[in-house]
Amino acid sequence: MAAPPIPSFATDQSRARESSRQRGVQSIGDRLYGGWITASALVIPALLLLVAVVIAISAWPAVQSLGWRLLTDTTWDVPHARFGLLPALLGTLASSVLALTLATPLAFGAAIFVSELAPPRLRRPVALLIDGLAAIPSVVYGLWALVVLVPWLRRDVMPFVRDTLALGNVPLFAGPAYGPSLLAAALVLTIMILPFIAAVAREVLQAVPRSQREAALALGATRWEMIRDAVLPNARAGLVGAMILGLGRALGETMAVTMVIGNAHLLPTSLFQPAYTIASLLANQFAEASGPLHVSALMAAAGVLLAVTIVVNGFARWLVRRTEQQR
Amino acid sequence: MPRTARGGEQTTLQARRRRSAIMTSLVWCASAICLLPLVLITAHLLVGGARVLGPRFFTALPTPPGVSGGGIANGIAGTLLLLLVAAAIGLPIGLGAGLFLAERTRTRLAETVRFLADVLSGLPSIVIGIFVWELIVRPSGQFSALAGGVALGVLMIPLITRATEAMVQLVPNALREAALALGYSRARTSLTIVLRTALPGIVTASLLAVARVAGETAPLLFTAFGTPYWSLRLDAPIAALPLQIFNYATSPYDDWRAQAWGGALVLIVLVFALSWLARRVTESRRERLNATVAGGAAE
Repeated sequence: MAAPPIPSFATDQSRARESSRQRGVQSIGDRLYGGWITASALVIPALLLLVAVVIAISAWPAVQSLGWRLLTDTTWDVPHARFGLLPALLGTLASSVLALTLATPLAFGAAIFVSELAPPRLRRPVALLIDGLAAIPSVVYGLWALVVLVPWLRRDVMPFVRDTLALGNVPLFAGPAYGPSLLAAALVLTIMILPFIAAVAREVLQAVPRSQREAALALGATRWEMIRDAVLPNARAGLVGAMILGLGRALGETMAVTMVIGNAHLLPTSLFQPAYTIASLLANQFAEASGPLHVSALMAAAGVLLAVTIVVNGFARWLVRRTEQQR
Repeated sequence: MPRTARGGEQTTLQARRRRSAIMTSLVWCASAICLLPLVLITAHLLVGGARVLGPRFFTALPTPPGVSGGGIANGIAGTLLLLLVAAAIGLPIGLGAGLFLAERTRTRLAETVRFLADVLSGLPSIVIGIFVWELIVRPSGQFSALAGGVALGVLMIPLITRATEAMVQLVPNALREAALALGYSRARTSLTIVLRTALPGIVTASLLAVARVAGETAPLLFTAFGTPYWSLRLDAPIAALPLQIFNYATSPYDDWRAQAWGGALVLIVLVFALSWLARRVTESRRERLNATVAGGAAE
């Protein structure tokens, strides 16, 4: 690349050569630049493909020797080489869906507040605080839940539900009730996906044209009727997308759940009973996996988690993009 | 809505107003409930963290349970080194991919990459950790800082890509056209005009991405692994703040659990300091961009 200094007494010929070389240098720069950005862009699909292939190959021995029992067996017994993912898979779904159910109304409320109802002075601070909630690392949520939330559940909530409300015989509240439980995991997940759903929902609501709101108000709608009849229908697909993005978040959430769910291979039939999720199964066992079949079974678990989150996230992104393009 | 008589209409209006007021107050309540966890967690962090925080906490190495005077010096250093490695991987790729998306906006490849970047950023971070374990740790036979940095770097790529794209698209097209009209090559236009104008925004995005991955724990479990000793080697296990918090919090020892709060407070301060810095850069950026455009118009 070291170009010689331009001669000051250049003949016509050398000047012509010079300019042609400069053009050459420029086009090399262009080509380098184009190559860099194209290669970088291609890294992303390549990475996704590589993740899928690497995990599929590592999971293959377990899939081959266990087959469908991986997904249908309810027993996870490492010494006897029984690796049933069903409890963890159902635990993942149960905790995430529960969290989504609890978080959605609150998050939509916060989004409607910031985008439609808040006094202008409160808008930015509230939005910033909710975004701040999203910036807290998972392990800090886990620490808080372990030290504050779980003891509260054990001391106050669980005895209240079972003794004061006399619901101890209802299967939903059965189990040892010593704190770490499906309920604890669902609650901490709720807090964690709240800001995420609220942020996406806020953007979707703000994308609804002003004219829709003005038209509704001009027709004599109250504030709530304006939101219900003019804003929400326009934002419907995007709001569903926000929910599903939150679900995708919850499905793969690892640290906080691992710290409070109790990590027991039980089918998630009771809120008060400990359970397991795929992500926490990986977090707990992967580093100390014994034997190639154990590693391979855990890889299969990672593959299941990967497939579920790709489908869920892909669907959500498609929905959100579709609403944004409607504008 | 049935409206039989004038009086009925009157009550309907009242009912509608009441309904609106009820729903509005419910929305206020929902927002308040959303902010409640932030208040609770911050309060517990400050109280729990203040108990163990002191100069020694930042300079000492971890001690076994029961031995007082332990610190998190190696965790802080380890986290900074991991972030450095992650940025070295995530920045060039994320920046390039972001420029690609911004410049070839409507091509089919760009649409696909944009979608896949979103999918990549939605993958559970523990799956990325396992992927890097299979890719680097298993062949090399040991946990290492390099593997941890790669895992965090992979997580950074889609974040920086999407943010760079958004920032570059804010640059007025007139600037680009002016440069091309002056005979600048595409590469030179992008690097000296577009990128420079968008630079503060990109710095912001990168800092936010670093802040996002700084607290990641799951991808480090099987890559960086953690160690109670001082280490800055790339080819050996390394301590990291989030890992230390996790180990301390789940341990049965009271003094370790107390130290977990201190570590969490330090981690949160680090994350929020990075985010704050990032926002400061963007604020000055808006003014500069406006000045550039206004200056151009004045001439």
